[in-house]
Amino acid sequence: MKCRISFDNRTMTVQLFGEIDHHSARLIREQTDRLIHQKKPRELRLDFSSVSFMDSSGIGLIMGRYRMMGLYGGYLKAVNVPRELEKLMLLSGLGTLDIIENERQEMTSDSY
Amino acid sequence: MTVINEMNMSFESRSSNEGFARSAAAAFIAQLDPTIGELNDIRTAVSEAVTNCVVHAYKNEIGKITVNVKLLSDNSVIVRIHDSGCGIENIKQAMEPLFTTAPSEDRAGLGFAVMQSFTDKVSVRSKPGRGTTVTLKKALSRRLSNG
Repeated sequence: MKCRISFDNRTMTVQLFGEIDHHSARLIREQTDRLIHQKKPRELRLDFSSVSFMDSSGIGLIMGRYRMMGLYGGYLKAVNVPRELEKLMLLSGLGTLDIIENERQEMTSDSY
Repeated sequence: MTVINEMNMSFESRSSNEGFARSAAAAFIAQLDPTIGELNDIRTAVSEAVTNCVVHAYKNEIGKITVNVKLLSDNSVIVRIHDSGCGIENIKQAMEPLFTTAPSEDRAGLGFAVMQSFTDKVSVRSKPGRGTTVTLKKALSRRLSNG
């Protein structure tokens, strides 16, 4: 599991790859937190489009970053969440935080 | 209900084995022709149980985790995850959603809640100082192509 981090103005985007579990979440956390502290972005976008698996360690990862961004007066968005991962996110109550942002491009292009 | 196939594996409680454990269990169960969703549910539940062993049962040590998978004739599976770690003092509390003893490590306290949502039945047997056994049961949908 690797992640690729990019900045655009005050938006920090973390592109996640592969499987997110307790093992890989630790590595992602180390990489992202250092940069969040350094750059204090306004928006943190976690992009899940290339994530093939996630367990509740991923929920912990999101919640921890969500709180951290709140401390800096910023906010977090989970974007491009595959359907299999959305089930876990909604079960965990992340739906009520209004941080899941899906464009659902595949649905709109399939409907006609 | 008869057991039509069975698999046992044993590995060290290193976090790098979490992915191995869920993938191996899922690969064995794949012969029952589950849907992708069912297989993902099992993979997730096994990952939660094995992670509990790594994070909680063997907190500051490396111990042995065993996983037993049984495929039953009614198209259901039983996965048993066992450790000989510290055990759980209060199982009821441990299973409550959001309860965690390790909040500083970003543990969401959702392990058992996820196991319960993603399988049909979760049972836990534990003895403090002796270890814990988590048993997951899940029925798979019957598909015509089966067999």
